[in-house]
Amino acid sequence: MTKPLLTVRDLTMRFGGLVAVDKFSFEAQSGHITAIIGPNGAGKTTAFNCITGFYKPSEGSVTLHHPARGDFALESMEDHKISRVAKVARTFQNIRLFGGMTVLENLMIAQHNELMRASMFSIAGIFGMPSYRRAEREAIEKSMAWLERIGIADKADEPAAALPYGQQRKLEIVRALCTDPVLLCLDEPAAGLNPKESDDLGVFLRQIRDDFHVGILLIEHDMSVVMEISDHIVVLDYGRKISDGTPAHVRNDAAVIKAYLGVDE
Amino acid sequence: MDYLAQQLINGLTLGSIYGLIAIGYTMVYGIIGMINFAHGDVFMVGAFVSLICILIFGITGSTDIVIGIGLLMIVAVIAMAISGVYGWTIERLAYRPLRGSFRLAPLITAIGVSIFLQNFVQETQGARVKPLQALFAGGFTLHEGTEFTVRITYMQILIVVLTIVLMTGFSLLISRTSLGRAQRACEQDLKMTQLLGIDVDRTISMTFVIGAMLAAVAGLMYLLYYGVIDFFIGFSAGVKAFTAAVLGGIGSLPGAMIGGVLIGLIEVLFAAYFSSEYKDVAAFSMLIIVLIFMPQGLLGRPEIEKV
Amino acid sequence: MSNAQHDPSHEKGDVVAGIIKRSLMAVAIAAVIFAPTLLLKTQVSQISNTLFIRYRWEAFAIGCGLLLIWRLIYEFRALQNARAHHKSSSRPQARENRFGHFVGPVLLVAAIAMPFMPFTDRYILDIGILIITYVMLGWGLQIVVGLAGLLDLGYVAFYAVGAYTYALLAEHFGFGFWMCLPLAGIFAATWGVVLGFPVLRLRGDYLAIVTLAFGEIIRVVLLNWRDFTGGSNGLSNIPRPSFFGIPFSQGPDGFAATFGLEYSSLQRMGFLYFLILALALLTFYISSRLRKLPMGRAWEALREDEIACRSLGLNTINTKLSAFAIGAMFGGFAGSFFAAKQAFISPESFNFMESATILAIVVLGGMSSQIGVVFSSIAMVGGIEALRQLQFLKAVFGPDFDPSQLRLLLFGLAMVVVMLWRPRGFVSSRTPTVFFKEKKSVGSSMISQGRG
Repeated sequence: MTKPLLTVRDLTMRFGGLVAVDKFSFEAQSGHITAIIGPNGAGKTTAFNCITGFYKPSEGSVTLHHPARGDFALESMEDHKISRVAKVARTFQNIRLFGGMTVLENLMIAQHNELMRASMFSIAGIFGMPSYRRAEREAIEKSMAWLERIGIADKADEPAAALPYGQQRKLEIVRALCTDPVLLCLDEPAAGLNPKESDDLGVFLRQIRDDFHVGILLIEHDMSVVMEISDHIVVLDYGRKISDGTPAHVRNDAAVIKAYLGVDE
Repeated sequence: MDYLAQQLINGLTLGSIYGLIAIGYTMVYGIIGMINFAHGDVFMVGAFVSLICILIFGITGSTDIVIGIGLLMIVAVIAMAISGVYGWTIERLAYRPLRGSFRLAPLITAIGVSIFLQNFVQETQGARVKPLQALFAGGFTLHEGTEFTVRITYMQILIVVLTIVLMTGFSLLISRTSLGRAQRACEQDLKMTQLLGIDVDRTISMTFVIGAMLAAVAGLMYLLYYGVIDFFIGFSAGVKAFTAAVLGGIGSLPGAMIGGVLIGLIEVLFAAYFSSEYKDVAAFSMLIIVLIFMPQGLLGRPEIEKV
Repeated sequence: MSNAQHDPSHEKGDVVAGIIKRSLMAVAIAAVIFAPTLLLKTQVSQISNTLFIRYRWEAFAIGCGLLLIWRLIYEFRALQNARAHHKSSSRPQARENRFGHFVGPVLLVAAIAMPFMPFTDRYILDIGILIITYVMLGWGLQIVVGLAGLLDLGYVAFYAVGAYTYALLAEHFGFGFWMCLPLAGIFAATWGVVLGFPVLRLRGDYLAIVTLAFGEIIRVVLLNWRDFTGGSNGLSNIPRPSFFGIPFSQGPDGFAATFGLEYSSLQRMGFLYFLILALALLTFYISSRLRKLPMGRAWEALREDEIACRSLGLNTINTKLSAFAIGAMFGGFAGSFFAAKQAFISPESFNFMESATILAIVVLGGMSSQIGVVFSSIAMVGGIEALRQLQFLKAVFGPDFDPSQLRLLLFGLAMVVVMLWRPRGFVSSRTPTVFFKEKKSVGSSMISQGRG
């Protein structure tokens, strides 16, 4: 077996006296959809924030194996470098689009670092040099290709905040994809979507996985989505891992059923 | 040693004044998350009201000390009442209509109110400094050294005692009364408090009124301590009191008081040992240092960034 | 009982009673507020140097009366509104946008033509220079506050750095204006980075108060470092800028003689006018170019959502620093122009009021509208100047009355009133920096303001 894309070892996060995540270990493979599930308050989002660098974990290691660039210790990297260098992208539970900017602008910002280099830190840009203009045109084309894919190319010039909720979710995912990630982390992507939209999302995520061979790590409440699309599921409860395996395995795990339904043995 | 002891006494007195102003900043910031830029100018108005009352009552250096202190208490009450009305009006006219609006808007109106108040008082009271004869010039000699004598004046005792009394009363108000409970609830979650049927508008108004009242007493003390006021005293006292609030931990009431005393001490000691011209620089630098290295202050809660 | 409820005259009575009650309340509050200001004036006696109180019942009565009238007008309008059920008038954004396209060139032509108009004299040129200086400062600060969403209350510090850079370099090394101008900008930008680096991770309101503290520190240092800055006496005899080496003097080498013109002191003023106009246009060009480049887009993204920026790999500290430094640079340019024009600078010119004025210009004009800044500068500076002309008020309020003080008072009042009227400024919509098919401006309700 190849080296896993993401290896989390003994991840622990404490807030004061509260242990939100306790010695959490798991692996995620490239080209797989890995889901972290668990009841409310299980520490899923905290674990997620540790992986994407928004929290610094109290203990443990998070290693990303980039196929071309080598290994990165994410637990000690600054959050913007995790995206820029290690190529881990993420979305947020409560959508964080740049609401006052247009759909296209949102995607252009995701390509900021390449464009910044192309504009020679604005010097070439100010004088309108052709190399920059070409780079900008390419960035627009790339953005438009993604918008075509999620079917909102006609809304490219609308403010992002004006999109309906389901499209905002998709736009946020596409914006993350514009950074060319090797690992895409989605925090409850199906939250607030209706069943039809959830199904569409599942199809879309599998396409992304297959077409680009990225690893997808997602937190989800919606079991139907998780069971349908995941290749691998990790279950958290009170900050600890209680189960880990294929959807079929997890579905029949007594510990999981107990955690979700609270059944006494 | 004696010199240092004297500076500590002076610093404590000045710090009491800053602490009382700082409470107004910390309470307002705690509840609506806004720097009430005009608060320093309410303090200035309080000082002017006190001056006017002292002149009307005819309190002078030769007034009997018991009667004098009694009259000063009445002065304090009047100054509190009038400044309270200022605080209420400012909130009602300049801040409430903008609550929940664009974030910078109330800050701009606060700066506008501050400029307005300064110039209104300058225009109506004149730009010249107002000297007041020293009242109750006496004091106790604590220690007579060979070169330096440590003294604590009656005025300093009055300021510190009055501050302690006000702080005690104020802490009781916050911890025991329903208004205090409502204020603490608003600090936690404004929207939820409103849903529970508490009159949030009234609570916020009262917060401004209480803050203004404490600032008015601070204004009276400033007048008595320094003996000169002008329309511009609110600006630097305001920034220093805000520094005190941040140093103590914004939102924390005992923190505001401790921060006030610390800023008072820093200012006085810096002036005594280094340079009185740069004492404002010392206080402002303190603000920057605290915010960079200890943004939650001494007694504040650390903030966890919500992602 | 039921009879009374349906009787319209009773209802009317209630309404009137309500108005009277509220009006009396307002007057009572006004009386409290005016008592220590309008009514009781503390005055220092000329003879004994002690204080006494002068009662001014007329002023007090006028103040309360004016407030009563204002309150009654307010009540009357509220009544009318309640009857008419006004439709909320939301202005179409598209028109605002088209208006912007058309008005910019018109303003530019007017600005260029202004010095050649027959009515233009020294005073008008002076005001023009003042307005354009504020426009330039406004555009500089707009990068920081409007685009990057960083609230800077100490912008005047960079203006001061620019001014003192020119004055000191000219004094000690004899550098000319054209050499000092870029140096002043670079120096101010460096200061922006030095000051910005430690504090830019602070939240919005804290950043505001820290920048205010920085502004004050710089002013206090300028005031007390007498050997270097001249203290409160300031620096004088700062050399005036020349026309690319040709001085504006009366002699044979002067500007007038060189170009075969008749000497006039207005020539120098005109030159200064075009100089600041050129500097302002440079600011406009660079900042509007930057806005459409990745750097400027990152500033706006930072204002919208800093956390999302970090998740997309933007180095937010560098982004903030670049905004801070570029904003400071324009402040520095304007500062060295100011020193050259005045030939005298002192710390008094760089107090907090100045920062507040520039900030007010940006916010009132509209956070991301460059045209808005022009309008608010004209309104602000023009308004203040118009007040200066109100000398006739002296006749009404007596010779003590100084209308130039009143202008600051009204300035404060205007800041409040305009904010209440349009919290997002005159021009509140935003033009996208890049578009696919069609450029549609974004309505103000969607633009966020940066929580810091």
